[in-house]
Amino acid sequence: MSATTLAPAALEVPRHHAVSRFCRAYAKRPAGLVGLGLLVAFGVLALAAPLFIGDDQLNVIKVDGPQLSPPIDGYPLGTDQAGRSVLLMVIWGARESLSIGIIATVLTVILGSTVGLLAGHYQGWVGKVLMHVTDWFIALPSLPLAISLSAVLGQGAASITIAIAVTSWTATARLVRAQTIAVEARPFIERAKVLGAGNTQIMIRHVLPNVMPLILVSSTLTVASAILSEATLTFLGLGDPTSVTWGSMLQAAFGGGAVTAGAWWYLMPPGIAILIIVLGFTLVGRAVEHVLNPRMVN
Amino acid sequence: MATLPGPMLEVRDLRVTYRNGERAVPAVRGVSFTLDRGQTLGIAGESGSGKSTMALSLLRLLAPSAQVTGQVLFNGEDLLTGRWARLRAVRWSAASVVFQGAMSALNPVRTIGEQICEPILLHDKVGQKAARKRAAELLDSVGVLSRRLDSYPHEFSGGQRQRIMIAMALACRPDLVIADEPTTALDVMVQAQVLELLGELVRESGIGVIMISHDLSVLSHMCERLAVMYAGQIAEIGPAKQLITDPRHPYTRALGRAFPTIGDPASRLAPSGLPGDPPTPPELARLSEGKGCAFEPRCPDAAAACRTETVELWASGPEREAACLRVLEGATS
Amino acid sequence: MTPVLEVRDLMVTYPARRGAAPARAVDGVNLQVGQGEIVALVGESGCGKSSLARALVGLVKPASGQILRDGEPLGYSAAALKAFRRHTQLVLQDPGGALNPRQNVFDAVAEGPRLHGLTDGLAARVHSALTRAGLRPPEEFAGRFPHEMSGGQQQRVVIAGALALEPSVIVADEPVASLDASVRGEILKLILELRDSLGLSALVVSHDLGLAWNIADRIAVMYLGRIVETGTVEEVLLRPKHPYTKALLSVLPDSGGRPVLLAGEPPDPTSVPGGCRFHPRCPLRAVEQDALCDSRDLPVLTGDPSVSSLAACHLAEQ
Repeated sequence: MSATTLAPAALEVPRHHAVSRFCRAYAKRPAGLVGLGLLVAFGVLALAAPLFIGDDQLNVIKVDGPQLSPPIDGYPLGTDQAGRSVLLMVIWGARESLSIGIIATVLTVILGSTVGLLAGHYQGWVGKVLMHVTDWFIALPSLPLAISLSAVLGQGAASITIAIAVTSWTATARLVRAQTIAVEARPFIERAKVLGAGNTQIMIRHVLPNVMPLILVSSTLTVASAILSEATLTFLGLGDPTSVTWGSMLQAAFGGGAVTAGAWWYLMPPGIAILIIVLGFTLVGRAVEHVLNPRMVN
Repeated sequence: MATLPGPMLEVRDLRVTYRNGERAVPAVRGVSFTLDRGQTLGIAGESGSGKSTMALSLLRLLAPSAQVTGQVLFNGEDLLTGRWARLRAVRWSAASVVFQGAMSALNPVRTIGEQICEPILLHDKVGQKAARKRAAELLDSVGVLSRRLDSYPHEFSGGQRQRIMIAMALACRPDLVIADEPTTALDVMVQAQVLELLGELVRESGIGVIMISHDLSVLSHMCERLAVMYAGQIAEIGPAKQLITDPRHPYTRALGRAFPTIGDPASRLAPSGLPGDPPTPPELARLSEGKGCAFEPRCPDAAAACRTETVELWASGPEREAACLRVLEGATS
Repeated sequence: MTPVLEVRDLMVTYPARRGAAPARAVDGVNLQVGQGEIVALVGESGCGKSSLARALVGLVKPASGQILRDGEPLGYSAAALKAFRRHTQLVLQDPGGALNPRQNVFDAVAEGPRLHGLTDGLAARVHSALTRAGLRPPEEFAGRFPHEMSGGQQQRVVIAGALALEPSVIVADEPVASLDASVRGEILKLILELRDSLGLSALVVSHDLGLAWNIADRIAVMYLGRIVETGTVEEVLLRPKHPYTKALLSVLPDSGGRPVLLAGEPPDPTSVPGGCRFHPRCPLRAVEQDALCDSRDLPVLTGDPSVSSLAACHLAEQ
């Protein structure tokens, strides 16, 4: 090359450019900020919960509150039939619900994106086989599958997480495959090939960054539906009976006769918590979608 | 339409500004010209020069975000202030448009016969039979077999589709046809066929034509008069042949050289262009506020005065004008 | 001297849709690009020129025939292709689409060197490539994203990305077709400068005969998968022999003479006519009524660069 001498650092380029641009655009979306606020509030409460909630407040044997009491002083949301504070249970329940939702989503996204990316990139027999497998999983009914999974794996968070991931990754896979095919048709893929890029480099350096926004948007919505699924499955009695989650609260309230007793303070809070967290994720997902895909706005 | 005194089309100080949120982007910044029946005017310019925006704004075909001011007098009637009902009557029947991409301008799920008949039925108040007969004649006149009236757009090649677009534009015997890059997407050979056809139809019918293109040589071949646009304004206007052989504006000169004449030794192994790029929308917005010539940053013969003086179209010869300070120098010295 | 890039009897076919015959996009082509030479390949859309360009950089595997670089035939293993591409680079028509929208200029230009493990002095390499491509000062452009640049600047980035690998030949597919008229000349100037300063060879694919006049040393005119006329630019464009070349020249707006309009549209590579493939549209044959044209096949032109002009026509005076 020519005699151009230059300190290598002079051409290095700041990387936070795209991130800061994203943040600035996101800040202009009020609904997205509200959603983010809701999620942050719940997240902080859930993380900080062990600091102010001890075992003696949640353990059925150790609690000493009034049983199935409406909101009174010291128990702002009333108590359950064992005398535990509903408010503390809702806060504690966020830990399990959020972590199941997030872990299930991470599994879903990893599995779905990998399969979708491979199926979109290798359109020969590899892609065909992968899409056939995906189709089988789509045909699987999610509820019976979850029930039989927990029968095999035992009740608890792990089997619920796996059941959610196994039944929801197919949607991500189809989405990512379609987007991969669209991105691969663009000329910069051809340019990359001529520059010497192999399959892996094309997928990781060119396709993935362009599919990522879509994955991000769909994953926020997946979290919301995973939290709903968690509540549903726990409500049906597939969760760990000793742990406190929103789903198990609803189940206990229902089984404990909260409906006939008119104990609205026991039924409403977990339901509203689910609503708020799902709303939060949905609002964030919509805002991210608008910021990353400006064409949708027009 | 009754013959009125004065030119068929007179455009006075036409300005189009796009509103994009907080920003205002001036796309057309004061364009004036006249066109008579049977005349052909070519409008040349690069992308972003405002040529298409200008032409489409004549018939108010722009999105609502575009703010149009000035006057467009068509047979003495101002199209910019007229009522919508009146404008609809003018569109197609008195003035029609041939769009750039024939595939997207034709409805894919309707036969071309239906599509050609539509404006005839709407404006000429004739029966279905008469409309079909006229449509068949039109197809014949543009060199597409009239028995293909019941075919769908995708069954035709690009060149044939563009011919069909021309047939549609001529359906109601308009006085004015605006052709926006009618041959850009076509191959050289097909382009030559379509241009030949357009030229013949114009000569026979005495229609006024405004033809927009980025290709100066195509325009000079097709049109009597030529306007070269840069940054939303007319840089030079005059008889087409003179603009090519003796350009007065340095931008016209550069555009003319961009497409070489084969056999011209001066251009052999010597491509010619202009450094820099046409102004971007934010630069255009800045230009409209400040003084000076919009072309100055790229101009090979720019002088200090070009940055401070406001340029406008000055007479640069019989029937021609150029927006360049050098023209004034030439006149005084 | 061995040509930098050579094509021998190349055929590229595309599998047909159900029931139809395969499309013979490139149907027997010989072509050579010498050291420091610029060759223009011109023809209408659908004539196979883009398929030929893609085959030349190994993006399309030919049905038969060979591509040779410095006399070495191109292999199609991943390693052989990668080694080949170090020396043969592609510049595409639409620079906006050819750049990854999520990569900045530095990464776009550094991509080739990184893929080939040329990471020592990468910044200096990118700096030099950007400078050569006319993006000066490079520091100003390195951090930009494609959407922050004009079409001309984007095309310079694509060219810089190719130059960063220090190739010996560039295949450019309609490099200026999507650019503005005033920018077109600047990009063509750049290609000429690179030839003069680096000894770079180029095959430029275009529909535009004027482009050939502007930058090419030799020209090949393609019709329906074959080269129908080839030779030096002066010879072919000023004294065309083949009726197709003559027709193409005659329809240029400033050709002066009467345009020879060929009937019909460019023909279909799935059904190549027998005899001379141009005979159904040929204005000469219509006059001469020579029986040979529709019955006797023409040999594939040798593409010998030492002959000033060759035409595949029964009626052309050789």
